Amino acid sequence: MLAFTIRRLLQAVLVMLVVALISFTLFRFVGDPVNQMVGVETTPEQREALRERLGLNDPVLVQFGRFITKAARFDFGTSYQFRQPVAELIGRRLPATLELSFVSAVLALLVGIPMGVYTGLHRDSWLSKLFLSISLIGISLPTFFIGILLIFVFAVTLQWLPSFGRGGVVQLGWWSTGLLTWSGIKALILPAITLGLFQMTLIMRLVRSEMLEVIRTDYIKFARARGLRERSINFRHALKNTLVPVITITGLQLGSIIAFAIITETVFQWPGMGLLFLQAVQNVDIPIMAAYLMLIAFLFVTINLIVDLLYFRVDPRLRVERAAH
Amino acid sequence: MTGQPLLSVKDLRVEFPSRRGVLTAIDGISFDLREGEVLGVVGESGAGKSLTGTAVIGLLEPPGRIAGGEIRLKGERIDNLPPAAMRKLRGKRIGMVFQDPLTSLNPLFTIGDQIIETIMTHLPVSERQARDRAVALLEEVGIPAAGQRLSAYPHQFSGGMRQRVVIALALCAEPELVIADEPTTALDVSVQSQIIRLLQRVCRDHGTAVMLITHDMGVIAETADRVAVMYSGRIAEIGPVRDVIKSPSHPYTIGLMGAIPSLTGDHDRLTQIPGSMPRLDSIPTGCAFNPRCALTMDRCRVERPDLIPAGESQAACWKLLESEEASR
Repeated sequence: MLAFTIRRLLQAVLVMLVVALISFTLFRFVGDPVNQMVGVETTPEQREALRERLGLNDPVLVQFGRFITKAARFDFGTSYQFRQPVAELIGRRLPATLELSFVSAVLALLVGIPMGVYTGLHRDSWLSKLFLSISLIGISLPTFFIGILLIFVFAVTLQWLPSFGRGGVVQLGWWSTGLLTWSGIKALILPAITLGLFQMTLIMRLVRSEMLEVIRTDYIKFARARGLRERSINFRHALKNTLVPVITITGLQLGSIIAFAIITETVFQWPGMGLLFLQAVQNVDIPIMAAYLMLIAFLFVTINLIVDLLYFRVDPRLRVERAAH
Repeated sequence: MTGQPLLSVKDLRVEFPSRRGVLTAIDGISFDLREGEVLGVVGESGAGKSLTGTAVIGLLEPPGRIAGGEIRLKGERIDNLPPAAMRKLRGKRIGMVFQDPLTSLNPLFTIGDQIIETIMTHLPVSERQARDRAVALLEEVGIPAAGQRLSAYPHQFSGGMRQRVVIALALCAEPELVIADEPTTALDVSVQSQIIRLLQRVCRDHGTAVMLITHDMGVIAETADRVAVMYSGRIAEIGPVRDVIKSPSHPYTIGLMGAIPSLTGDHDRLTQIPGSMPRLDSIPTGCAFNPRCALTMDRCRVERPDLIPAGESQAACWKLLESEEASR
């Protein structure tokens, strides 16, 4: 178990190095940042001086080494456009994105799993068919469209919820949270639904198909033959056996929720990392883009590590055989 | 026979509605099972033996359904009980052992969890008492160091050991009847007889009746008091094991017995029954066995025979009636 964790950690470090290399080299070819930073009347000498100051004239390997050592200390340089440390910029935006992502992931799980169990158990009920039809919408409609639709219904027509922004936030150290104010929670609802709908339907369909599989197994039949209570059979014996694939997908999806919050953040003008990243792309702000990629890779690697460890928690067959036999 | 039977099945029909019409998988079978008795049910694959067991314990998979007849447990009808009442009866009064011990146990729960949950579902005991009972049960079915093995997962046991656990699970609320559906088929030959003997011993000790479903005549001969031979969803012959094996009356049973190799036998070739069992959608009219039977008469093709007494057993064959009439 410990050896496994260490091995996985080493792999994670390797993955991070590769991502760092890719993000670093890719951005060498995106465009010349100097063009973005200076005005039209800047002389070539001034440009050259700026290049020298930013270290853009050094050999690529030297630049990469500098990038890595600084990144390890959470120093991603200074944003070309904002002239502020990137770590600070991202640190200010990170809580908004993470809050949005986690709320939508939790929403997706809390709604998706019970719906999946229900539709798996009651295949022919009209409610199951309704859920499945809704899930088709969630899977096939693009995120931005769902967002705009929700804004139209709940913000414009009914005027129940705000259409943009984060509402009131409370500062907890460097972390700004919108979960403690009423307006913050209200502002979170629509973006969270928009972002989580796809994952929710995905989880529902996954749990459903796993459920259909599991309730046909011998151990569920045997549990029935022993007269165990329905609730225990469905939610203890069957659900736990559907969890391994659900954990896998949920883990991966959580990563992509964070990474692809960009669209939802744009639709709702959510002050998160996605918006920051989009601005960075438009302005060829390499330090921000590189840091963003690194951060997303880091989140993916971390989530994967947690997922692998969760497998052990759920499935005893993966744990190391103990002496007993 | 005195008193009422423990289990009484009368004219049981099990049907599967399908797109091309209703398939009758079990067609009017009747049998009784006395308390503490071991009834063997034999037949080829698809003869309806397992289905009979599943129907009795009320676990038919939809769209399969009981379309007629009745099942009584100690005189009380159980085939039309509401699901909740049937659930309470399963495990408590009727236990079941499945074929494959490798897949019968939930892989994600310790066997202790599974036994204790079952005990506490059916008996009004504390968790402490349930645990003690679980240990006693595991010891009874021959699991060494039972107390420690409670916290082991199914994959840490061998196949034979797992089947012992399954038997302990089936017996943990002291049911009056255990339906054992091919309990040894998936096991190693060397383990099979141990498990059968174990099942026989524990059930005798607890006074539990057993409906032993198998296609192994050897197992039946060794274990059962009576045997029912099934063919195409019907009972071909039923009676005391000795009678059915020594002097089978139904041509199908005779064929079956001829197909068993014997260690001392002097036959070079085993006899075989020509053809194969009909599919559910093409069961012939009259006696289901008539296309394969060497003794088929006109009546066999038209009219379905009922069980007719033949010595101490009963067989569904018109020939018997004829010989009975002839001897009169």
